[in-house]
Amino acid sequence: MRSDRPSLLLRVTATGGLLFLHLPILFIFLYAFTTEERTYQFPPPGLTTKWFAVAWARQDIWPPLYLSLQVAAIATLMAMILGTLAAAAMNRARFFGRDQLSLLIILPIALPGVITGMSLRSAFGIMDIPFSTWTIVLGHATFCIVIVYNNAVARMRRLSGGIMEASADLGANAFQTFRYILLPNLGSALLAGGMLAFALSFDEVIVTTFTAGQQSTLPIWMLNELVRPRQRPVTNVVAILVFAATFVPILAAYYLTRGGSETAGMGK
Amino acid sequence: MTAPATLPARGLADRLTSLFWRRPTLFLSLLVTPPLLWLGVVYLGSLAALLLQSFFSIDEFSGVVKEEFTLKTYAELFRAQNLDVIIRTVVMAAAVTLACAFLAFPIAYFAARYAKGPWKAAFYLGVMLPLWSSYLVKVYAWKLILAKEGVLTWAAEGTGTTFLIDGLLAVPGFEGSSLSTSPFGTFLVFVYIWLPYMILPMQAALERVPTSMLEASADLGATRGQTFWTVILPLALPGVIAGSIFTFSLTLGDYIIPQIIGDSSRFIGLTVYQLQGTAGNTPLAAAFAVVPILIMLVYLTLAKRAGAFDAL
Repeated sequence: MRSDRPSLLLRVTATGGLLFLHLPILFIFLYAFTTEERTYQFPPPGLTTKWFAVAWARQDIWPPLYLSLQVAAIATLMAMILGTLAAAAMNRARFFGRDQLSLLIILPIALPGVITGMSLRSAFGIMDIPFSTWTIVLGHATFCIVIVYNNAVARMRRLSGGIMEASADLGANAFQTFRYILLPNLGSALLAGGMLAFALSFDEVIVTTFTAGQQSTLPIWMLNELVRPRQRPVTNVVAILVFAATFVPILAAYYLTRGGSETAGMGK
Repeated sequence: MTAPATLPARGLADRLTSLFWRRPTLFLSLLVTPPLLWLGVVYLGSLAALLLQSFFSIDEFSGVVKEEFTLKTYAELFRAQNLDVIIRTVVMAAAVTLACAFLAFPIAYFAARYAKGPWKAAFYLGVMLPLWSSYLVKVYAWKLILAKEGVLTWAAEGTGTTFLIDGLLAVPGFEGSSLSTSPFGTFLVFVYIWLPYMILPMQAALERVPTSMLEASADLGATRGQTFWTVILPLALPGVIAGSIFTFSLTLGDYIIPQIIGDSSRFIGLTVYQLQGTAGNTPLAAAFAVVPILIMLVYLTLAKRAGAFDAL
């Protein structure tokens, strides 16, 4: 049937759009190997792998990396607990304030990050809370909850309530049902949610600049290098690291949840 | 038979289970309290702090925040220079949203209607990976591409199209030494970064358009163009509006992109950032941050009326 074949124009524009989304990233990789460190000259005058060694030896990269890992780990853990609890509550019967709660959960990512950041900054200011790792974690956990929640609630919707009742009928108490029935069924969805939350937190910069004070996470370090560049290819090496640290969890989350209607990643 | 119908409780866990069974509300409130407390106290509390802060003012001589109620800070938003910032941001957000809708349509339409099997997965990943991958890395990639000595200039010289870039950079109000220091660059990067947020809801809406309707339209003699304007577009509109919520809201609040790419003209996000940081004027920063909230509230009300939430 003629009408069932995409027109040439559609094929060209769709492919062009996808290329537009993907090609720019490749230059990050190319520029990590250039011998030119003062400008973004293209094509690179020469290629070298020395910047990886230089980046490894740069002492100012390691503390931000540790801080980012630490923040992402704690924020993910908190988001997993809070997100799962919220999903479990929303999955049970309707209750008063249910719609308001679901709005409250998505609000931190529905509003622009600058508002979340500025709000937390105002609160810290009014309450005289000094900036610390925990002020960063506070912000990150807040917008990570919805990621875990989305994944958990989609999986729970697919689970039949019957298996929980069967478990209770067979004499299991609530904790046993949770441990042996619910957790194995939710496992991969929670893992996917956790990985997406980790990727989001590890990479976050907008809220973080408001909640970090003088501290520097890896994205903040990168932002400073972008505004005031020095040894530009080193920034590219770090960019590759950040890219990998977000790319791998996303791909893993996709493979953990694919095939269902609840494939991870819809809505960030 | 004298044995009881239920097993005796064997320990605390069993007794708690019976308690939960008898009082489902108690169980529900145990589940809901931690996330509710977190979001209620940390998030709503902070939003309240933001509002409160925006009603304070700053003492012009000492630079100290005066903690008493005033509307003076909001009045400052209406100064010409601040109004400029707000208008520039809204215009940029609208332009970015339109461009995203335009670019997203072919991808979403192809993915929804023609991509099957492994291609479907490839298209999905092809949109999702850029959506999730590192924001800063993507912005940085464009700094490399748009720089004066960078890829774009090289490609333009190679194909003899330098006049196109020069022409763009000569437009009054958009001048710059290269695209990376021109407002065109800011616009381009905004479009690139938020495009996936438009594609996904659009694709979801297009997937719900039944093929039979398109066939009926063709059977009744409609051309491709007529089918598009009278059948596909009206049915996909909620998806477009849903996507536009993201692109519009994200552009309204972003302050990293205009800082790295463009002529450093100020946008709402950047102004908030500078006011709370170097300027130390937290009240005005807070008042500025309330502006996108208000704009988004109006936008969401309109979007809801257009039925966009069913497409989310």
